Amino acid sequence: MNEQLSVQHLLGIKDLTKEDIELIFQTADNFKDVINRPIKKVPSLRDITIANIFFENSTRTKLSFELAERRLSADVVNFAASASSVSKGETLVDTVNNILAMKVDMVVMRHPRPGAALFLARHIKANVINAGDGTHEHPTQALLDAYSIREKFGRVEGVKVVIVGDILHSRVALSNILCLQKLGAEVMVCGPVTLIPKYMQSLGVKVEYNLKKALAWCDVANMLRIQLERQDIRYFPTLREYSMMYGLNRQLLDSLNKAITIMHPGPINRGVEITSDVADSEHSIILNQVENGVAIRMAVLFLLAQSRGI
Amino acid sequence: MPENSKLIFNKELLAITIDRLCYQLIENHDNFKDTVLVGLQPRGIYLSQIVIERLRQIQPDSQIRYGELDVSFFRDDFRRRDLIVPSSTRMDFIVEGKNVILVDDVLFTGRTIRAGMDALLAFGRPERVELLVLINRKFSRQLPIEPDYIGKSIDTISTEKVKVELKRPEGEIGVWLISDEKFYE
Repeated sequence: MNEQLSVQHLLGIKDLTKEDIELIFQTADNFKDVINRPIKKVPSLRDITIANIFFENSTRTKLSFELAERRLSADVVNFAASASSVSKGETLVDTVNNILAMKVDMVVMRHPRPGAALFLARHIKANVINAGDGTHEHPTQALLDAYSIREKFGRVEGVKVVIVGDILHSRVALSNILCLQKLGAEVMVCGPVTLIPKYMQSLGVKVEYNLKKALAWCDVANMLRIQLERQDIRYFPTLREYSMMYGLNRQLLDSLNKAITIMHPGPINRGVEITSDVADSEHSIILNQVENGVAIRMAVLFLLAQSRGI
Repeated sequence: MPENSKLIFNKELLAITIDRLCYQLIENHDNFKDTVLVGLQPRGIYLSQIVIERLRQIQPDSQIRYGELDVSFFRDDFRRRDLIVPSSTRMDFIVEGKNVILVDDVLFTGRTIRAGMDALLAFGRPERVELLVLINRKFSRQLPIEPDYIGKSIDTISTEKVKVELKRPEGEIGVWLISDEKFYE
């Protein structure tokens, strides 16, 4: 068993080994215990300052990172692009170097451009954690999804997972596929032909265009949101039609002769990709995912900080 | 054991000493109504498991509660020394208003115990905290911490190591003092 991550930054699942992921999960087990105590805070990162830099909107991820940082006793500075000098024409490296000049040790960044986190990691000294770079990767989401599957099934290996929806624009989908495959799960993607990239099969992922068939195959269905904000052309006629073909509802769930686990990375568009009665059903582990998100992010921050030295 | 090691406790002497520590605990805590025993991970739990088992043998109606506490996240040498590998915490009670007996195998610099007292506070404010150790290494403290129950106090120099083997399916059980050969060269 490894005791240290093989990376200095968390840019994507692509760079992690299976051992890295297992180390993160084991450390997250300890932190999950911590956040269920009467006092949910430990002093490990008390001499670390972390900047959360969000060039794109986020509620859940930002809150989750901030809670994780504060529960590790780190000092936290938040930065939202809309309220900053970025709107005055400053470049990414300039913005971040200015923040680093104020002695920041780690940077959590979300950015609309794929590769932004890698670019940053090459140019600055702080540890960089990718909190989503465009349509590329969202590693902590994939880690918490796989961790939630491990918690539910006791393992990830051999579990059949279908990812349904806007695969083309989803960084959650790509990170999930890479993470689940590294851990030995079987992965399928399902959605309209226009929203499934051609390279999917080269990743060793099964492709299915019929939702009912996909659900009959899987143990876990991860329902993704349609990312209208990233769609510059129309990929399907109407949201209503999408919902009829690829929306998950109670009737569809009851027609399967088995119980499947329902996941969703959020934010949910109720009535589009998933109906309320399914999202709130006993099969849904959506809120467990949110709880595990804090533990996973604490584990990632702790392990990366450990590699820093003093 | 290597040649440069000196036996401090053999199996028989260890059993006698643990018995004595148990009776000292009973003397001070009676039926343990408001007392909890907490072993410190990773190495202290072997001793605490033996102590709690023996206490329950001696006093079958004892109400003592038992937990195991990991102090990794409370250490003051994070990023400064070796890698910290967390172990699990098993505490299914809060310590508010209780007498807590912390248990560790070797007391050396006192830093683990300090972290342990910090970690303990996440489970409430104890009435009183005591410390039980099997080996007390004298003259090596870096913090003002002293044990209440001592298996044996020994004089050591900082380059020496104390090896404690309490639970082994195979191999000898006992405590050894291992000196660093380089020191004598």
